[in-house]
This record gives sequence, C-alpha cells and structure tokens, in this order.
Amino acid sequence: MSDPILRVEGISKGFPGVQALKDVHLEVRAGEVLVLVGENGAGKSTLMKILSGIYTRDEGTITFEGEEIELTSPLQAQQLGITIIHQELNMMPDLTVAQNIYIGREPRKGPFVSERALNRRTDELLKRLDIKLDPRKKVGDLTVAEQQMVEIAKALSFNAKVLIMDEPTSALTDTEVETLFVLIEQLKQRGTGIVYISHRMDELRRLADRVSVLRDGAYIGSLEKSEISVPKIIEMMVGRAIDEGTRPEAREHTADPVVLDVQGLSTKSLLKDVSFQLHKGEILGFAGLMGAGRTETARAIIGADRKDGGSIHVGGKQARIRQPEDAVKRGIGYLSEDRKLLGLMLEQDVTFNTVLASLDSYANAIGWMGDRKAKNQTKDYVQQLRVKTPSVNQIVKLLSGGNQQKVVIARWLMRDCDILIFDEPTRGIDVGAKEEIYRLMQQLAASGKSIIVISSELPEILRVANRIAVFANGRITGTLRNEEASQEKIMQLAAHGEEEE
Amino acid sequence: MSTPQQSGSTTTVIQQALAENTDKRDIGGMLKRQLQQSLAFGTLIVLVIFFAIASPAFFTVSNLTTVLLSTAVIAILALGTTFVIITGGIDLSLGTGMALCAVMTGVVITNWGMPIWVGVLAGIATGVLMGLINGVNITFLRLPPFIATLAMMMIAGGLALVISNVRPIYFSTSAPDFKRIALGVIIPGIPNAVLITIVLAIVAALVLSKTLLGRYTFAIGSNEEATRLSGVNTRRWTIFVYMFAGAFVGVAGVVIASRLDSAQPQIGMGYELQAIAAVIIGGTSLLGGRGSIIGTVIGALIMSVLVNGLSILSIQTEWRNIVVGIVVLLAVFFDSLRNRQRT
Repeated sequence: MSDPILRVEGISKGFPGVQALKDVHLEVRAGEVLVLVGENGAGKSTLMKILSGIYTRDEGTITFEGEEIELTSPLQAQQLGITIIHQELNMMPDLTVAQNIYIGREPRKGPFVSERALNRRTDELLKRLDIKLDPRKKVGDLTVAEQQMVEIAKALSFNAKVLIMDEPTSALTDTEVETLFVLIEQLKQRGTGIVYISHRMDELRRLADRVSVLRDGAYIGSLEKSEISVPKIIEMMVGRAIDEGTRPEAREHTADPVVLDVQGLSTKSLLKDVSFQLHKGEILGFAGLMGAGRTETARAIIGADRKDGGSIHVGGKQARIRQPEDAVKRGIGYLSEDRKLLGLMLEQDVTFNTVLASLDSYANAIGWMGDRKAKNQTKDYVQQLRVKTPSVNQIVKLLSGGNQQKVVIARWLMRDCDILIFDEPTRGIDVGAKEEIYRLMQQLAASGKSIIVISSELPEILRVANRIAVFANGRITGTLRNEEASQEKIMQLAAHGEEEE
Repeated sequence: MSTPQQSGSTTTVIQQALAENTDKRDIGGMLKRQLQQSLAFGTLIVLVIFFAIASPAFFTVSNLTTVLLSTAVIAILALGTTFVIITGGIDLSLGTGMALCAVMTGVVITNWGMPIWVGVLAGIATGVLMGLINGVNITFLRLPPFIATLAMMMIAGGLALVISNVRPIYFSTSAPDFKRIALGVIIPGIPNAVLITIVLAIVAALVLSKTLLGRYTFAIGSNEEATRLSGVNTRRWTIFVYMFAGAFVGVAGVVIASRLDSAQPQIGMGYELQAIAAVIIGGTSLLGGRGSIIGTVIGALIMSVLVNGLSILSIQTEWRNIVVGIVVLLAVFFDSLRNRQRT
C-alpha cells in the first residue's frame, strides 16, 4: 500500500452552538477512490471545506505529500494540488469552456488574451482526458454533466493530486454517470487521489477502493475494499441496520374520497392533457425522467406557472388557482425540489421559516403579531418532527439538509395543508434521514393527509408511494399500483414517450 | 457566543439545549443583534465626544437642538425607506417626491385656501400615491426598483416644478399656523419636528418588528420566491411596503415645508441619497432581509452630527460631503467584515 498523499489528523471545528467536527482522521492515497459517507450533518461538508481552504480548522494537522501544510484559501489549496468540485457547479455560463478553465491564467499576446493559444491549450487538455467537448462552446449551453467535465478538466489543469467530488452524480442521467466513472478510472490510473462523497450505495459499491465513515462530526472508521459491505456501512453511518426493500402496506384507496382531481392539465411549453386523481390518505408517486413534466405539473397545479388548459377540483369543488396564494388557501402545500433557492430563507431562524406560510393566522385584525404563540407552536413542531437544532432561534443555514427539509414540512403542517406535494424530498439527504422522512410521510398519510411525491429515485418511489403515475414527455404514460410496480415496469413507461418521438 | 462543552457528543449538546429553556438563546441572539448595532452606536458616541472636546459650541442645548432638527427630515425619509431596502428594493424618488408632497400641501392650503389638516393629508396622500405607482411598476410591470424609482424621481421632480410654476408657495399669509407643525413646541425643549420624528421612529420600529407588514418585509427581502410559494401574495405586500414608505415621504414633505414656511419645489434633490446613506450606515443590508429602525435612526444622527460638527469646526461644506462619503464606505466595509465572520 502506497503512502497517503493527504493525511488529516485530529481535525476539530466548532461553530456557534454546534461542534461540527471532533478529532477526525482521513487518509487519501494516490490512485485510489476514497468514498466518504455519513448522514447529513455528519460533518462531511465541513471537512471538505477545511480541505479546500474555505474554512480554517480549530485543531489538528494536515499533511500533504509528507509535509505539514496550512490551507488558507481555495486558490492556495488548488495551487498545492487539492481541488474540490462542489455539488453546485461554479461556472460562468456566458464564457466558453476554454475561458472558464483558464480564467485568471489566460495566455497573453502582448496586452491581449490570445484566444487561439487558449483554445489550443484547452483542446490538448480535453484530449488528454478523453473528453469530447468544443473549447469554444459556451458553458451555459452545455448539459450539467458536460459542465462537470469542464470542472474536472479545470481541476486537472492545476495538476490536482487530490480531487474532492461532492455528490457529483446527483444531477446526472445514467449514461452521463457512466462517462463520469470512466473518467474517474482514468484519473486513478494517472495517480490522482479521489475523495468521493456520495449517498448512493450502488456507486459506493462500484467505485470505492476504501470507505471512510463520519457520524455526528466524529470519525467512525474506514473499510478496505475487501471489507466493504453495504449493511455494514449503513450500520456505521446510522448506528443501526436498515431494511432496504420495504414497501408500503397494500392499501385500496378507490373507496376513499378524491381530494384532488386534475383533468386535462396542459401548458404551452410541455404538459399535454395530464389527468389524475389523488385520494384522501394516499401517497401518489410521480416517476419519470428529468424534464418529463413532473415538477411542471406540480408548479402548474399550485399556480406558480401559467396553465393553458385543464381543470382542477379540490375536495370536489372547482378550484381556480392563478397563484400560489390560491393553492395554499385550498390547503395545497408544495415543497420545492430546490430547498435553498425556492424553499427556505437561509439567513432567518427556524421560527421564521416555519411560520412563513401561516404568518397571517398569528396576526390580529390590525396586523399585530402573536410572536409567543408562533414560537411555542414552532417548538411543538420541532419536537414532533425531531428537528435537530439547538433552538428555534437557530439560523436555518446552519442546519443539515434533512433538518432543513423538516423545517419546510413543519411550515405546511402548521398551515394545516391537507394536500402536500413533495418534490425530490430527499435530494441531498442521506440514508438514515431519508428513512425518517419516508416514515414521516407515511404517518402524515395515515393521519388523513394526501401526498404527491415526485422523485427521480425509483427505490424511493417504490418505498413510499401507494400508486405511481409515470411521466414521459409532458404526459402520464401509465399509472401503477405499488403491488404491481417494479423498477423495470416504471422505466418502460418512462421511456415510452421517448420511443414515440 | 458560547461554544458547547468539550464533553459529550453533538446530539447530547443539542438535547441539552433543547431541554434547557431556549430562552437563554433568545438573550444570546438579542445581545448579538445589539452588538451589531453597537458599532454604529459607538461611532455616534465617539463623534459626539470628539466634537464636544474640539469645540465648546457643540455640546450646548441650542446646538444639539439644531442637530436634532436638521436630522428630522432625513430621518423621516430614512425610516420609510428602511422598509423598502429590507425588501431588497431601493427608492430613489424620496427626495423629489418629498418636494412634490410639499408643493401639493402648498397648493391645497395656499392656492385653494383649504384648512391646514386637509393640506397635510394631501401631502401624505401624494406620497402614498407615488409609493403605489412605484410598487405597481416594480411588481406588475416587473421593472427593477432602481429604474422604476429613478423614473419616478424625475417625474416627481418635474411635476413639483410644473405645479408650482417653479416658484415657492408661501404659507405665512395663507396659514400662519402652518410653521408650528415643525417649529412649534408641545414638549418644552423639543421642537415638534423632532417630536414627530421620534413618534414616527417608534411607530416604524413597532411595525417592522411586531406586525405582519414587517414580517413580510423581511420575508420578501430574504427569499421572495420562497415567500410566494408559501402562499403569500408578494406583489400586494411589496406594493404595501412602497406605499408605507410613501407615507413617510409625505410627512417629510409637510415637515420640511413647515420648517421653511414655504413649499420649495426645487429642494428635494440629494435627500434620497442622504436617506439611503443613513439606512446603510445603520447596518441595513442592501441585499435585503436584514435591517433595523434603531440602526437607521443612529445612522441619520451620525450624518447630521458629522455635518454639524464639521461646520462648527468651520470646515468647508465640500469637505463635509467627503467625510460623509468616507463614513458610508467604512460602514459598508465593516458590515461586510461582519458578514464574512458569520459564514
């Protein structure tokens, strides 16, 4: 076994109210993929931010190629050879591939940038990595996967010896994932050490040479390739075993009243004649590929986007929903797929984020707020949903993804919404917390709420949904009962529309 | 800022914090917020002490009254626009809008011979109407606030000149009592203009921190789309915020007309920037979502103490502007330092 290129020892980091890391160890060896796993809030992001020079550590040492180093800024870390590729890519969409890769290091010809040299250099770099991209193309015109390739190429243009990837596949299609894995294999052979953060066990099984596990900010342990087994890892992550193949109990909903009846929903841009019924107490899954019309259907229903046809009945009554306000008044709450951008106010506290949809009910006739009542009820929901937060006054930005999601759930429960639309409810949330969100959804359904869940992960849909509507190219191509559904059947229906085109 | 004890895992620390009453955190949060304002407050104290030592003429009752009186108009404008800035917007039409409100008051009282209170209401209504138009342009026409209010600044300035025929409208014969609105004294030692400012500051602080309007002001500034998706009619509330701020512009117009005993159509230019500067010195973020009324009041005081103190030290007007500009730079710089520490 070769010596590690990067060794981290005894790292600790605290934030006000939270000890994010305690005495954490990590080793990265040349030419290996180290998969780093841990539940949300386990401290993975904090550790990676320390390694890329964004945060400074409170204690501990970092040894890189045998020398102890200080990491002071992302640029300095990059120049040393440690680069991180964030989940959210940081690219300038209006610049070309070449301009993005060599930004700040453009080859000059006198006082001017030499575009020709820039493009040639980029072309060489991309060829070396076997990435087929035109250096002159604007990054904004690329797919997410291609943008990621550009980020990786950029990292390697710095001669990165350690490459950290934070959930790189979260926005990729299956074929794109394949291309990425091939690239990772190449990087390994060139001797790059890769730290791969992921929640997906199938990826872990495929890629990992070693696995390190964090839990609650502490280092739990590492497994060598021969020792890796999924149940063992999950146990290390959550401290208990999880049954992966659970399905909801078979339940017949046809007798229950229809709470939401959508007929012929259409939009100019995508949706064609989308019709479905949601029964009381039911969890209805929306499956399909990205861009198939699942999120668009949800947004059209709640009035966030324009509808160009179709009717919606809520509780048997015709509902004219022109804006989200109308939907909320009828008890429909939408939990966006992009919590940070469209769901939360990151700089505000838990209370503010929870009461957001119910503010008017805490105000009297002249608009005076009953803050004490709002805060107490927030505390109730925080306890009921077991949100991990030091207090309801904590700024939401400092909570983990799973707990942020719970805050959004609390918002709609407080508003007493009977129909909840969960869009990718566990995106960026890890295994243990996912399971908790699933159980929560099932409890809500059992208590009489009706739920639509949109998800790109088939195991997730099969885990929670009683019925599954499959979308392709803006229409529903089939609806399956959970008992008769399988990943294969869903994929067939999802691909159905593709064949039609 | 307390860090959790070394012993015990994070969860137990969290459970402890939950089990203990969270009110402790309340106090911590409050102290932190006050600490953020204390920078501006400290600056104000230092300035007052500095000028008091530098010149015996500064720390006298009559001069301090002058300072407060000269703060009044800027402060009233700044109070309203604090709301606008917290929503992430900006209002450039404050200054000329104020002149238009003053002119409307003059027209109603002097030209039409109506009672004073009608004129006052007309002035305030003009401000509210301008706010309504700004709000509609920003929400329904989706104009950026900068552009919408820049246009309004020019239109209001032009209208003030057109309506007044480019001549001041005097109140001395039509309504001799009108000047008492600003210069009269109900509470001994405090000119009414100052009293009005204090009352409005209290009202604004309560509205911002205790009412639905204040809550939505913060919500829209923090994340407008999330607020909209939560079922809040963000357009309507944004318009309300601009109308609310417009009412303050109206009051400022009445106060300045009363102080000058005349409606001066050309007076407004530049006030908007001073008011915005006061808001920013007071720690309100131009990015929206964060700010306070007490900060704005302190910011306005810092500006007028500076201007007054420097003039007592017989430093030329040109230099005063330079100093105020530097203070704005420093205020925003320290604010960004504070933000960097937070992340």
